[in-house]
Amino acid sequence: MVEHGDVRVVHKGGSKINFREPALSTDSRFLLCASGESVKVFSTATEECLHALQGHTDLITGVLLRPSNHLQAYSCSLDGTVRLWDFTDGILIRTYSIGYPIYELFQLVAVHLPQCGEQLVEAKELSAVLSNISSNPAASAFGREVRIFRCLEVYFFKNFFLKKDNQKGGKNTFTCITCHPTEDCIASGHEDGKIRLWRNFNHRKEYTYSTLHWHHSAVSSLRFTPEGTNLLSGGVESVLVQWRYNQESQRDFLPRLGGAITHISVSPDGALFCTSHSDNKITIIQSCVKVSAVIQGLVKGDRIRTDLMIEPRSKALVLNGKPGHLQFYSLQRDKLLYNLDIVQQEYIHESGLEQFEVVMAAFDASGSWLATVEERKQKAPELELNLKLWAFDDQKQSFVLNTTISAPHEGRITALCFPHVSDGQTTMLVSTSRDGHFKAWQLAAPGFIKFYLILKGPSWSCDFLGAYHSLVPECCCFSADSSLLAVGFQEVVTVWTPASWELLTTLSQPPGAVRDLCFGRLSCSKYLLGATTSRLLCCWNLLTCSLEWVTSMDVSLLLADPLSENMAAFCFEAGSTDLFVFKPGEPRPLFSHKALCSGRVTHAVFVPREVMLESCDEASQWLNCSHLYFLTQSMDLLTFITKAEEDKLTASSKQLVVSDDVAMTPFHLLLGKHRDQLENPQAESRLSVEPIRQPSSSAGINELLQMPAHVLPSASFLCSMFVQSLLISKEEEMESEKEEEDSDGEMESRISRPEHMPSGESGCAAPALTKEEVRELRRLKKLDHSWMKGLLD
Amino acid sequence: MGEFVVHRVRFFDYMPSAIRAMAFNGSTQRLAVARGDGAVEIFNFADNYFQEKVIPGRSDRAIEALCWVRGRLFSAGLSGEIIEYDLEKLRPRYSVEAYGGPIWTISSNSQETLLGVGCEDGTVKMFEILEERIQFQRNLDRQKGRIISLSWHPSGAQIAAGMIDMIRIFDAETGHATHRLLVERGVGTTRNTEVVVWSVAFLSNDTVISGDSAGKVQIWDAVTGTLIRNHLITKWDVLGLAVSQDESSVIAGTSEGTVVQFQALASTMGQENNQWVRTRTFKNHTHDVRALVHTDTAVVSGGMDTQLVVRPLLDKVEKNTQESALRKILFPHKSLVCCARKAGLLLFQFPDHLELWRLGESSAKGQAGDRLPVMKNPEKLIQLQNKGEDHICCSAVSPCGSWVAFSTVSSVRLYKLQLSNGNISIKKVSKLPKELHSVHQLCFSSDSSRLFASSAQASVVVASLDQLQCKHLHTAFSAFLSFPGSSQPIHLLSASENGNWLAAANTDGQIHVFNLHKLKLHCTLPVYSSCPTAIAIHPTTGHLLSAHADQQIFEFSLKLKEYTAWSRSLQREGLHPLWLQRDTPITHIAFNRNKPAHVFLHDAFMFCIIDQSLPLPQARKKLYNQMDLKTISPQKRMQESHAFKICKMFQHLLSIHLLDDSSLVVVERPLADIVSQLPPPVRQKKFAT
Repeated sequence: MVEHGDVRVVHKGGSKINFREPALSTDSRFLLCASGESVKVFSTATEECLHALQGHTDLITGVLLRPSNHLQAYSCSLDGTVRLWDFTDGILIRTYSIGYPIYELFQLVAVHLPQCGEQLVEAKELSAVLSNISSNPAASAFGREVRIFRCLEVYFFKNFFLKKDNQKGGKNTFTCITCHPTEDCIASGHEDGKIRLWRNFNHRKEYTYSTLHWHHSAVSSLRFTPEGTNLLSGGVESVLVQWRYNQESQRDFLPRLGGAITHISVSPDGALFCTSHSDNKITIIQSCVKVSAVIQGLVKGDRIRTDLMIEPRSKALVLNGKPGHLQFYSLQRDKLLYNLDIVQQEYIHESGLEQFEVVMAAFDASGSWLATVEERKQKAPELELNLKLWAFDDQKQSFVLNTTISAPHEGRITALCFPHVSDGQTTMLVSTSRDGHFKAWQLAAPGFIKFYLILKGPSWSCDFLGAYHSLVPECCCFSADSSLLAVGFQEVVTVWTPASWELLTTLSQPPGAVRDLCFGRLSCSKYLLGATTSRLLCCWNLLTCSLEWVTSMDVSLLLADPLSENMAAFCFEAGSTDLFVFKPGEPRPLFSHKALCSGRVTHAVFVPREVMLESCDEASQWLNCSHLYFLTQSMDLLTFITKAEEDKLTASSKQLVVSDDVAMTPFHLLLGKHRDQLENPQAESRLSVEPIRQPSSSAGINELLQMPAHVLPSASFLCSMFVQSLLISKEEEMESEKEEEDSDGEMESRISRPEHMPSGESGCAAPALTKEEVRELRRLKKLDHSWMKGLLD
Repeated sequence: MGEFVVHRVRFFDYMPSAIRAMAFNGSTQRLAVARGDGAVEIFNFADNYFQEKVIPGRSDRAIEALCWVRGRLFSAGLSGEIIEYDLEKLRPRYSVEAYGGPIWTISSNSQETLLGVGCEDGTVKMFEILEERIQFQRNLDRQKGRIISLSWHPSGAQIAAGMIDMIRIFDAETGHATHRLLVERGVGTTRNTEVVVWSVAFLSNDTVISGDSAGKVQIWDAVTGTLIRNHLITKWDVLGLAVSQDESSVIAGTSEGTVVQFQALASTMGQENNQWVRTRTFKNHTHDVRALVHTDTAVVSGGMDTQLVVRPLLDKVEKNTQESALRKILFPHKSLVCCARKAGLLLFQFPDHLELWRLGESSAKGQAGDRLPVMKNPEKLIQLQNKGEDHICCSAVSPCGSWVAFSTVSSVRLYKLQLSNGNISIKKVSKLPKELHSVHQLCFSSDSSRLFASSAQASVVVASLDQLQCKHLHTAFSAFLSFPGSSQPIHLLSASENGNWLAAANTDGQIHVFNLHKLKLHCTLPVYSSCPTAIAIHPTTGHLLSAHADQQIFEFSLKLKEYTAWSRSLQREGLHPLWLQRDTPITHIAFNRNKPAHVFLHDAFMFCIIDQSLPLPQARKKLYNQMDLKTISPQKRMQESHAFKICKMFQHLLSIHLLDDSSLVVVERPLADIVSQLPPPVRQKKFAT
C-alpha cells in the first residue's frame, strides 16, 4: 500500500452487521454492533443509527460492554488494537495495542486489561489463552463464555475434555456453547440440532448431560437470560426457541424471524433479546414475544447475480436482496431503503428447489425506467425467462411494473443496456442473448392490441432484432451520447447506429472472445475499450476504426466512471485482484493497487459523490467525483478512502460530540427543540460561556470543553490545571501530551475521587492544592506519558 | 473350514416372554428377572452376565414383583401368594397366601427383617422373615384403593405406598398413615382418568420420588408432604423407578421405551443443596420398560420387548473397555433345541409343549454358497402338549430318534416313538423309577440305551432303556451318581460317543466325569472361576472340551487327567481380544467324526470351527479373516490361516448340530420375527411424518 499513498481500502457502508454478536447496553436503549471498521450505535427504540465509533483501521471483530462501567464498551479489531469507547458520546477513551490481529473479543481480555497498568504483559498472557483455544474449531464460541466462573482454568480444561470426547461421534460436533450465569451448567449446541446441558463437570469423570431437541438442523446460537431462568436458542429454522431452565419440556417459540439466526444476545436487564440473522439483519425482540425493531443491513446472499447499480434518483445502491427482490440501499446513510419485489411469487424455502431469480437489472439514465430479467432453470432446455420493465411512479415513489415480456429470448440473456439519454425520456432497451440475437425494445405509444383491450399507458415491444454471422453476443454498450451501440459477438465487436440499426463497422482483435465493452466518457468518448478472454485489454479509436493500444491483463471487470473519463479495470492476477484506474487516452494509469483482495472481483460500481472532493493529490484525484465500491468474493463491500477524507470524518465525529451530547434520533429532532426551550437557562449559560473561552486557544481548554461534563473529573482536580494552563506558557510539551492525558487520566481520577462533588466543596478544595502538589501531579503524568509512548511504538 | 450341506432352519417359532419384574442382589451380583410366563431367571453379573439358572414358570403364576432378602428370592404376583424360591432345586420352596387379593408389590426393609406387600384390597401387609419361612405380622392402616408400589425408608421407620391418585406415607411402627401426597392428574383429556402411581422411591434424606401414569416424575418432601419438583418426561406412563446405591441417581422407565436418568447435582460447585436434574435419556427399547435396576455402574432395563438391556453408565466405567459396551440379552443361554443326529429329527422346546420336526431333504448338488432346492419339505411330526400348569424345563430326543423325554419341576415324561413309512406311533412309558421325578437336564447316550438326568439332589440319575421289548417298555434305575461337595444344580450333561464317560457341570463351575462302566466318579476337573456354558467329550481322543462364560476354552484329557498341550498353549498365548469381547456365551460344542481336529462351537451371532492343528491367532492379527483368505494366494493362505475359522453368515443362532451324514443343521431365529409378534408400541409423533 506504499505506492498508493494515502488511499486506503476500507469497509464503509453496507458492511456486515451480523458478523459478530451485537452488544446491548445496560439500559437496553442502545445496540452496539460491529460493522466493518466502525462500531455502530443503534437506538433500540427507533432502529436509527445514532453514531458510529470510528477509529479502527481494520475489520472489527468484537464488541463488548465494559463490566465495570456500563457506559463504556470495548471493541477489538484485526488491526491489533482494543479500544475503549464511551459509546453514548462516541468518544475514544483508550487504545490498547496488542500487536497482532484479534479475532474475537473475550471477556477475559476485558477483565485483565484494566486491572494492571502494563498492557504489554497482559497481552502476552492473552495470547497464551488464545493459542490454546484456536486449535479447536468451536473455540471462539466457548472462550467468551467463561466470565461468570471463579476458577477460569478449571473450566477451560473441562471444556477441552468434553470436546475431545465428543467430537468423534459423527454429527454431534459442537456449534456453540454458553454458560449459565449462576449455576454450574454449560449449554452446548450441536450439529444435529440437539442442545446439551452439561453439569457436574468439575469432577473429572462424572460429568453428565441432558439433551434437548427441537431444532432439526444445527443450533447456531445459544444464550441464557441474565437470571438464568431461560435458555434461548436459534438456528437455520429462523425460530427463536425459549427453553425454561429446569422445565425443559416447556418451551416458547418466536417463529418467522425471516432468516437463519446467527447470534443471539440478551440485554443485561433481560428486557430485550436481539438476534442477528444470516441476511444481515438484527431483530430486537421484547421479552420473547414481540419483534419490536428490525435493523436491516445490506442483504448479501451467497451470490449476487445482478450487477451493482446506482439508482439515479436516490443514488441508492441496487442489487439482489432477498430472494426474488431487488434491494435499494443508501450508502450515504448506510441504511436499507426498501426492497422491490421483482418476481412477485412466493418464495418456497426448500433446498434444491429451482425458483425464479433476478439475474439482471438496468436503470436508464434518469432513473425513470428499470429493466429486470428473471430466470428459472429447471433443466438446460427448459429455461424460463421474463423481462420486466418498471416505470417510476412519482406518486408512489417506487417502481411500478409496466411491461412483462415472457421469453424475450430463446437463450439466456447476457447483457441489458439502456442508452444514456440525458434529456427527455428513454425509449429504448437493448438485450443480448445466447440465442445469437440482440433485441432492441421500444417504448410504444398506447394503442389497441385487440379491439377490446385498451392499454392504459405506453408499453414496451420489440423493435429490432440483430444478429451477426450467427455468433453469440456477450456484451453490449451504448456510447456516451447514445449514438452508437457496440455489441460484442465473441471475437468481433460490431458497432451499430441505433437510429437506423445499421451496422457501421466491425472491430476485431482475435484470439479470444470479447468479455467486456466500455465506451470512454467525456473527452475520451472516441475510445471503445474491450476486455477479451485471452487476457487482453484493447482500446479502439472509433474515429479511425483502428486499434489504439493493447495491453495484456486478465480483466475481470471493466468499469467507466459516469462523471469523469476515468475507467477502472479489475484484473485477476495470481489468486488476487489488482485495480488499475486509467484514462483511455493516457498511457500511464492514474492509480494502481496490487493485491486488492483475494479472488475475483466481479461486481463494482462508481457511486457519484454528493459533494465533489477537491483533492489535488494525483493518486487520489480519481476519487474526486465518485466513490468506487466493489464486492469481493467473500461478499464484503469495500471502497477506497483518501487520507484527507478520513481525517475529515474523524474530525466531524468529534465535532458531533461537542455540538450535542444527547443522542441524535429523529425523535429527538422533533422533540429536541421543545426540550431545549424548557432547559433554556442551561443552554443559554452554555452558549454565553463559550464565546468567552473561544479566544483562549489553549489546547488544554479546548480539550476540557469538548469533553462531556459527566465524564470529566471533578472540578477541584481540573481547577489547578486550568489555572496553570492560563498562566504559564513556557511548558510547550505539556500541550502536546494533553490529548492523551485527558483521556488516559480520566480513569484513574474517576476511581480515586467521587464523581459529582458539589461546587461549593470544589471551591474550597481548589486552594488546597499547593504548587508542590501540582508539580507532583505533573511528574506523575510525565511518567505515564513515556510509558504510553513506548506502547504506541 | 470344509464344506457342509446346511439345513437352515427357521421354523422354530421361539418367542421369549416379556420381562415383568427385576431385582438385583448387590452382594452376590445376581439379577433375578421375572418373565410374563412366570419364569424366573438368575443372571450372574460377576460372570459376564451369564444366565445361571432358570426356574420354569407356571401358567397361573403372574409375577408382579421380586425381592431379594439375603440371597433368598421372594416373588409376589396377582395370584395373591408370596413365593420363596429354592435356588438349588430351581423350584418354589413354599408359598404363603396373603389374603389380600392380588399382590402388586413386595419390598423388604433394609434391615431385612420385614417384608411388606401391597395388596389389591388396600392393605399393606407385613411379613416377618424367619430362617426357613415368612410369617404374617400385621396390617398397616387399610386404604381405599389398591397399593401399587411400596418403598421403605432406609431407616425402616417409614414406608411410602403409591396408590391411585395419591401416595401414602405410613409409620412402620404404629402402622398409621402420616402423610397423604396427592398426585396431580394429567392435563387435557386425561384429566378425567385417574393417575396411577406406578413406582415410588423413598430416599434416606426424606425425599420421595414417584413415577405415575401421567408421565410425571415427581420429587416430594416426605417431612412436609410437599411437592418439590415436577418433571414431565413422557406423554405416556412412567412405569418404573430405580435408585442407585448412593442415592445420587434415579432412573425412570417409560412406556415409550426410554429410560430417563435424574441426578442429584449441586447447582454450583461446593454447595450442599442438591437438585434433581433430568440428565440422560437412554432409548434401547421399543416397548414398555417394565422393570429397572440401577447397579453401581449400569442401568439394567427390561420390558415388553423381552430384551434385557445392560447399559453401562459411561461416567462410572472405564471407556472403551468390554465393561462399557452395551449388552442386550435376547435368548436364553441354554439350548432349547435337541437334535437326533442319526434320524435327522429336531426337537423344539416351548414352555408348554414340544415339537418334533423332520428335516427337509434335497438331492441336488451345488457349489459353495448355492441355495439347494428343497425336495422334501420339513415336516412337523408330533406336537407333545404338556399336561398341567407347570412349564417344561428341559427336554431331549435320543440320537436314534426313538425316545423323547421332557421334564417339568414335578415330573419327568418319557415317550417311545416309532416312525415307519410315515406312520407315527407314540407311547408313553408309564412306569418311571421314582428317582426321576424332578430333573434339570436330560441327555441320552449315543446308542440311545441310557438316559441321563441331573436330579434336584445334585446328582445324576442313569436309567437304562430297553430297546428290544417294545411292548413292555420299562426303564430301570441303574445308578445314582452323586456330586460331591456342592448342592448347586447340574446344568450341563454330556455323554461320550463310545459310552464310556459322562461329564456333568454345575453352576458352581465344577465339572465331574463319571466312568459309565464302573458307574463311578472318574475325575474332577480343576474348578475355573467362570461358569461352564457348554461341555463335550471328543469321540476319538477322549478329551473333554469346556467353554466358559468368560469365553475361555479348556481341553482336558480324561486319560491323563490333565489339561492337554493345546489347552495349555491356548492359555499361554491367550485368546484373541475380539474373541473375548463377544457378549453371548458358547452354548454348544460338537465334533466332526471325519476330521478329529475340528471342534464346532457357536454362540448367538457366530459359528466357529476350531482347527486344533493350525496355529493360534496372534492378538494383533485379524480374527475374522475368512474373507481375506479367499483372495490371497494358497501359499500365503497357509501362513495367514489360524485355528479359529468363524462364520457370521447365520445370525441369532439358537442351535447348530452336525448330523451323521455330515450336514449341518442351523437353527436361526431372526429378530424381526420376534419383533413382528410383539404388540404394537405406543404411538409417538415423529418429526416430519
